Amino acid sequence: MKPPIRFSSVMFWFGMAFLYLPMLSLVIYSFNSSRLVTVWAGWSTKWYGELFRDEGLMAAVWRSLEVAFWSANTAVCLGVLASVALTRFGRFRGRSMLHSLVAAPLVMPDVIIGLSLLLLFVSMTDVLGWPHQRGLFTIWIAHATFGTAYATVVISSRLKELDRSFVEAAMDLGATPVKAFVQVTLPIIMPALVSAWLLAFTLSLDDVVIASFVSGPGATTLPIEVFSSVRLGVSPKINALATLIILIVSLVTLVAWWLSRRKLKRDKFARS
Amino acid sequence: MIEPSLSRDGVDGHFLQIKSIVKTYDDVVAVNDVSLDIAKGDIFALLGASGSGKSTLLRMLAGFETPNSGKIILDGEDIVSLAPYRRPINMMFQSYALFPHMTVEQNIAYGLKQDRMPKAMIADKVVQMLRLVHMEKYAKRKPEQLSGGQRQRVALARSLAKSPKLLLLDEPMGALDKKLRNRMQLEVVDIIESVGVTCVMVTHDQEEAMTMANRIAIMEEGSIVQSGTPRDIYEAPNSLQAAEFIGSMNLFRGAIAVDAEDHAVIDSEEINNQLYVSYGVTTAIEDKHVVFAVRPEKTLISRDQPQGEYNWCRGVVHDIAYLGGHSVYHIRLDNGKILYSFMVNSDRFADQPTWEELVYVYWSDDSGLVLRP
Repeated sequence: MKPPIRFSSVMFWFGMAFLYLPMLSLVIYSFNSSRLVTVWAGWSTKWYGELFRDEGLMAAVWRSLEVAFWSANTAVCLGVLASVALTRFGRFRGRSMLHSLVAAPLVMPDVIIGLSLLLLFVSMTDVLGWPHQRGLFTIWIAHATFGTAYATVVISSRLKELDRSFVEAAMDLGATPVKAFVQVTLPIIMPALVSAWLLAFTLSLDDVVIASFVSGPGATTLPIEVFSSVRLGVSPKINALATLIILIVSLVTLVAWWLSRRKLKRDKFARS
Repeated sequence: MIEPSLSRDGVDGHFLQIKSIVKTYDDVVAVNDVSLDIAKGDIFALLGASGSGKSTLLRMLAGFETPNSGKIILDGEDIVSLAPYRRPINMMFQSYALFPHMTVEQNIAYGLKQDRMPKAMIADKVVQMLRLVHMEKYAKRKPEQLSGGQRQRVALARSLAKSPKLLLLDEPMGALDKKLRNRMQLEVVDIIESVGVTCVMVTHDQEEAMTMANRIAIMEEGSIVQSGTPRDIYEAPNSLQAAEFIGSMNLFRGAIAVDAEDHAVIDSEEINNQLYVSYGVTTAIEDKHVVFAVRPEKTLISRDQPQGEYNWCRGVVHDIAYLGGHSVYHIRLDNGKILYSFMVNSDRFADQPTWEELVYVYWSDDSGLVLRP
């Protein structure tokens, strides 16, 4: 007798299909030998070769990674400063204003952020003569701005729940407040810093709207490049690139999971 | 060997002087004009309920709070204006606050590193501290891999590593379960005494304070109610607050009837006989209202009516709480008042009064205390 098909397992597979079928089809079509994205014409890896030969696209990949890297760094640094101000300095004047201003980019539509930054940069160029022209630098500023908002949310929530006695213990043992922060607080909240960094990095890598407002000549990031090439018809090269990105992300996730599991096991072993 | 009672009684000076400390938060007075003298080598307990200001006082000693006024003089130096990291004081936190990203060794070495002590000396000192708290085997462990008692030992070692002039303990047993608590109390005292450091601790647990400390101050609503040795505080409370805070008490409200040089007699409507104490009360004559107090373990229960006209009463056994070593009898007097009396269970199956039995409770002339209401 066949086991009865349960409603919950049906919904589970439906949900999985909903989430991952598009990605699966993208992966499969990246091995398509046809030039047309939607027509299947047998297996081939030629688009991967094409991808690595396409200097424009590869340059966009590196440019995007570079921008994402630096804007994530900036966002985490500013996020730490903002979080410390919000959680450790009590109720100072303008605290709630800082709080809402930092969080504003979370709820602001991208179009508005992009447009306002564009207006800002244009008028700055007019008045100050700086920035000289829009490009990677302005994208970096824009991404750091909204990345800071996300980083602050992540870091300040961790900092808020952190037992103050850690810092007090460090100061009690002779560390100045700055030393206590660097030697004790930062290492303890490191996981939050890492997730804030990854969040800012991903958001920057992902952004097309704001970047298209504030980018300039020669500063095409990957999402803009992909987005504009889609208008001319998607090249299977893009599929190949997307497949590689999915592969890398999956590997990173797998390694992170494996590391945390190993740590868990080791702790359990050490305690018993 | 040094005679302990000499240094213990505060004879050899005032190592730590707290002078008229006041601390307010907005309109709330947390610590109200507290002055204390603590001798070198003392283990001093601040005992009080939560909100009594004891923790605030401790945090002012550590330097995490600044008093509104008053002085804290440690070994001749006023430390009020010193930052926490400049004070020769170390604290063991209630949560221990062991740094989770450092090993046991690194935790203990942390304070020494801040002093820029040479590496070899730090290593020596760490080994010495680990030996002191019997944690040599766990040097490379992370705090999360330790049990509660082990964490406490590491925390103690860390706070002793810098050889502070003053050690602060914030609810030292707060994070431990009852059984471990009793063992660690004595172990911690042994370690502190072997080092000889002066120690101020904060606790809400009177048993803990009496076990660990050789001097206790009871705090209530920001003020010191009484300070002294555990025996002083228990046997000779100076006020109703102090009497009720530690242990339990049978209280009779009344008025002084006879006040002689060597005895006093008190009339109380709460008991059918007069109360007698074998010492003169010598207090303000205008106000004759007093409270007579007697501890449950100082009273005796009998089936026969006691001799004499003072210090006994009649009642029925209302309830018995059998606690193994002793039983607590709840005796209901004729007027409905409940009296507590301890009976030591020295025989295994003795013929003791049971529920609803008519009994007499009595006590000797020097057992009672006269307190101001």
